[in-house]
Amino acid sequence: MYAYDELDRTLINERVAEFRDQVKRRLSGELTEDEFKMLRLQNGVYLQLHAYMFRVAIPYGTLSSKQLRRLAHVARRYDRGYGHFTTRQNIQFNWIKLAELPDALADLAEVGIHAMQTSGNNTRNVTSDQWAGVAPGEIEDPRIWSELIRQYTTLHPEFSFLPRKFKFAITASEHDRAAIKVHDIGLRLHKNASGETGFEVLVGGGLGRTPFIGKTIKPFIPGRDLLSYIEAILRVYNQYGRRDNIYKARIKILVHELGIEKFAKEVEDEWLAMGDSALTLDDAVVEDIRSRFTYPAYEKLPHMPDELKKAAHDPKFEAWRKNSVALHKVPGYAIVTLSLKPVGGPPGDATAEQMDAVADLADKYSFGEIRVGHEQNLALPHVARRDLPVLWRALDKIGLATPNVNLVSDIIACPGLDYCSLANARSIPIAQELTRRFANHDTANLIGRLHINISGCINACGHHHVGHIGILGVEKNGEEFYQITIGGRADENAEVGVLIGPAVPYGEVADVIEDIVEAYLALRARPDELFVDTVKRLGVEPFRERVYATR
Amino acid sequence: MTSPLEQKKIKITGPSVVTANRTWDGAVIYRTPRHDWSAELSDAAVVRSSDEARALLAESAADDVGAIGAYIAPVEIENTGAIKPGNLREHIRSEGVTIDLPVPA
Repeated sequence: MYAYDELDRTLINERVAEFRDQVKRRLSGELTEDEFKMLRLQNGVYLQLHAYMFRVAIPYGTLSSKQLRRLAHVARRYDRGYGHFTTRQNIQFNWIKLAELPDALADLAEVGIHAMQTSGNNTRNVTSDQWAGVAPGEIEDPRIWSELIRQYTTLHPEFSFLPRKFKFAITASEHDRAAIKVHDIGLRLHKNASGETGFEVLVGGGLGRTPFIGKTIKPFIPGRDLLSYIEAILRVYNQYGRRDNIYKARIKILVHELGIEKFAKEVEDEWLAMGDSALTLDDAVVEDIRSRFTYPAYEKLPHMPDELKKAAHDPKFEAWRKNSVALHKVPGYAIVTLSLKPVGGPPGDATAEQMDAVADLADKYSFGEIRVGHEQNLALPHVARRDLPVLWRALDKIGLATPNVNLVSDIIACPGLDYCSLANARSIPIAQELTRRFANHDTANLIGRLHINISGCINACGHHHVGHIGILGVEKNGEEFYQITIGGRADENAEVGVLIGPAVPYGEVADVIEDIVEAYLALRARPDELFVDTVKRLGVEPFRERVYATR
Repeated sequence: MTSPLEQKKIKITGPSVVTANRTWDGAVIYRTPRHDWSAELSDAAVVRSSDEARALLAESAADDVGAIGAYIAPVEIENTGAIKPGNLREHIRSEGVTIDLPVPA
């Protein structure tokens, strides 16, 4: 966990007071909606179909049990008793009243939570690997650098009015769980040939209307130069980014239009001109941030305790363990993923009661710490392996032990037309139907790892482009239709999926997905060839034939 | 969302209402013939010509304190005279989400 200092607390509290005054002036008519809109957006407040939506930042997806309890309180006191975890590791409340928002923000500020820069044309919540700090083989905890970037970019005057929103993601593991290649700037911590730790910098990735995979602009930059190099990138973007056309305003378009070589040269020139500056990080600054991340006092525990050996005889426990429990860097401990994808449920939603219960379980079994993953699941990052059976029973009681993590029903979905004013089609009911179709655990296990991502419009909040199967809702003559792509992936081998054919109507989507999965089972070279690898090997044609032969 | 200014160019092709979101809580509201707002579609003023629609929209948009983002939305009028939303988006705005909420209301 990261401990905020007095400066952070003052900043958050001042922001609450400022927003309280802005809301008061808006409600009295002193501020028009045109004047107020940007102010509310800078505090994470959108207007959706039925109500205001309030997006709260969870920096790099790390929460304390105290913070999660406070989010539960906000859900219960100011909303309708639940929240929605998002693909930016944030949480959204769907029914909040503008008049009550300052009180909600004040309650959150007491535990160090805010909503700054969860919207608007600025740098958004810095995301990271939800297993940061506990993943085996990690170079170092990427949250230290995430926090540095968070502090550097928060209310940065030059970057508060960028051409468009700007997203960072950081990983320090070989396997990328943070989807860094589809971010405006992706950072990969690694060691160079001399054994020094630094960053590979990728730029220009993104989804939305025009998806691009990020390109490497700098293979290695030492940590001391990270902020100055980022500033050079942002300066070039700020200068040349398209402000005349919202659809061409993201940095990915600039990188694409200039070409990575020319863009890189612009950045390099800017960076060299900056020279050593106040942004050059000395070790003391980094160490100060590092020292404010606290880690549990792990015990020496066995990898295979008696409790685990005994529980292994229970097939239900084993089914859950195999999909939800990952190796921890400390022997005797595990990382446990809590599926927020129950059969028939909306992906990523958690009730206030579930949040409170998870906070209690985190206190009991995970040193009071919880993580949020961009796949819209939660994780307990420090669970003693001996506690796994008792934790599983407790999670099962609150509906958070569905054994489907990384399987076909572990679906990423945006809120879609049920909530969102931008959406063209619904996402959640499609996800719900698919979880029912693939509810049989044996079947899902036979299929293996398969990520289905659903977006209700081209803005791609459900990351459909990088789903192994991507589903995009579109509107045709007032009806909901869905385009299906296959072969996308968001990891270190990120790719944008390929459209398999004409869009299909709402009522046929689940049938089409079943056809695609059946085709995969028939076509895969061996049982452990993943869906996405079969698509890579064979292309989309065999899947297209299967889906459209009878349609 | 289409701004009222842009909608001035739009000609309606069937019965329509003006809808918006209420400022203090964001709830869906409809402009009524009494020159105020109601949370019930059944209370909405129905317009049938482009001139009527433009006038109703102008009056609605003038209330910047009470409502946000007023726009013209299509409706269907049933034989009984009941007003129904004219498309799925407006149906969801009027009737609520099409899914069960995690916590029943």
